[in-house]
Amino acid sequence: MNFIPPHSLYAMLTVLGLLVVASTLRLLIQKRNPTKDYTELKQRIQSWWIMVAILFSVLIFQKLATVLFFGFLSFLALKEFLSIVPMRQSDRKVVFWAYLAIPIQYYWVWQGWYGMFVIFIPVYMFLFLPFRMVLIGETKGFIKAAGVIHWASMIAIFCLSHIAYLIVLPVKNRDAGSIGVVLFLLFMTQFNDVCQYVWGKSLGKHKIIPKVSPNKTWEGFLGAFATLIICGGFVAPLLTPLSFQQGLVAGGLISGAGFVGDVVISAVKRDLKIKNSGSLIPGHGGILDRMDSLIFTSPLFFHFLYYLVY
Amino acid sequence: MNRLLKIIFFGLFIKPLVTIGLGLNIVGRKNLPMKGPAILAANHNSHLDTLVLMSMYPLSIIHKIRPVAAADYFLSNKFVAWFSLKIIGIIPLDRSGKTKREMLFSSCHKALDNDQILLIFPEGTRGKPEQISRLKKGIYYLIKDRNDTQVTPVVMHGLGRSLPRGEALFVPFNCDVIIGEKIKHCATFKEFFEIMAKKYVELINCCITRHDED
Repeated sequence: MNFIPPHSLYAMLTVLGLLVVASTLRLLIQKRNPTKDYTELKQRIQSWWIMVAILFSVLIFQKLATVLFFGFLSFLALKEFLSIVPMRQSDRKVVFWAYLAIPIQYYWVWQGWYGMFVIFIPVYMFLFLPFRMVLIGETKGFIKAAGVIHWASMIAIFCLSHIAYLIVLPVKNRDAGSIGVVLFLLFMTQFNDVCQYVWGKSLGKHKIIPKVSPNKTWEGFLGAFATLIICGGFVAPLLTPLSFQQGLVAGGLISGAGFVGDVVISAVKRDLKIKNSGSLIPGHGGILDRMDSLIFTSPLFFHFLYYLVY
Repeated sequence: MNRLLKIIFFGLFIKPLVTIGLGLNIVGRKNLPMKGPAILAANHNSHLDTLVLMSMYPLSIIHKIRPVAAADYFLSNKFVAWFSLKIIGIIPLDRSGKTKREMLFSSCHKALDNDQILLIFPEGTRGKPEQISRLKKGIYYLIKDRNDTQVTPVVMHGLGRSLPRGEALFVPFNCDVIIGEKIKHCATFKEFFEIMAKKYVELINCCITRHDED
């Protein structure tokens, strides 16, 4: 167990405080309408408690634990994605190699080998997977299968591994330590989801993309965008090496990217005619349902930070 | 001793394998019978089917779950026979047709009399990956004269991808386990199978890992 840098400690306490507020509010609402069924809301908040508990214990335990933990999340996400998309029986041997890419990719992360980390999936796996498919020799549906397996690897391994790379970056903000940036990214991404929901529920009128996600409105999106920019400006200097101005941009970036990630995974589910991608997290659905925004925010925030500071 | 081995085997290997290596999307968990006598009738595509169904039960009652399995296959070699009978706890069934019908199910009836839960694969064999074959009649003769036992239909999908017949390489995939409501008693064999077939189609439509293109 390491000493927790003060700003990261405050951030964690704030999150725990928010969860206490959420649980209390839930109990109050339930008391007011005892006849209505709030099981899903209850499950949702309970799952939040569990997710936050696991994440925080891993973050404060050790850097290696964090890298392994996100590697495991990549595994769950890849498994979930490959389970819901149509696939030929002959592709299982190729999929096996996609799974093997997870420990390798996270090994580069742990070694801090940036060059290999950014090209391993987009270049080496991109070329290797179709090669392995050719050896099996099934040509019917080849293009589609090659596309699906590589897309899955990009989403579940490449994109998510950026969260883990944040923790091995050299510390530039001593008050936040290495976990500050991770907390910033995760908190802002989830906060963006909440803001979109709250702004959309209270003001939402004009739909953005009704064909993909009928609940998304311009009011929700812009409200969250503004909230996140302001929030980013004030929180980034505390938790990350970014300045106030850079934090404003980071907030906007996370808000925009989070929205896109959300609707892209919605489009995938709509294409497959399913509501949730799994049932791993009670009240939330599958791991992809929960990490949809993070798939887009992680690499974009990472490279923004990397470009400016490293 | 065997019960201890069984608990170790399921607690340390099978349950972690099923939750992490596979991952289940369970629909209708409340329909799962927790007390015998009862019968689970599931489709069969992989050896994992049995292990997945058993892993849904708590370790404290796992010894009461008895898969009914082909004697010619599972008793063919000494080690497999010991493992199937003692660790998994199968009830061997003679598929050769030499045993008389009244005798055929005697050990199944005994297990049901002891409030155990039988796992039956009415297709009789694993068949092609992810396809449901024709149902065999055995299950109907088993429950025909028992007023205390009802059949719960279960459909699993996705396991045939993780470990299909004849393959040794295990590849992780999530799979669906859809548990239907108990089937009421039926007067005739035909009626029973019409209901079973209809239920199976209904349950298959709840799967999220399945596609029409398959």
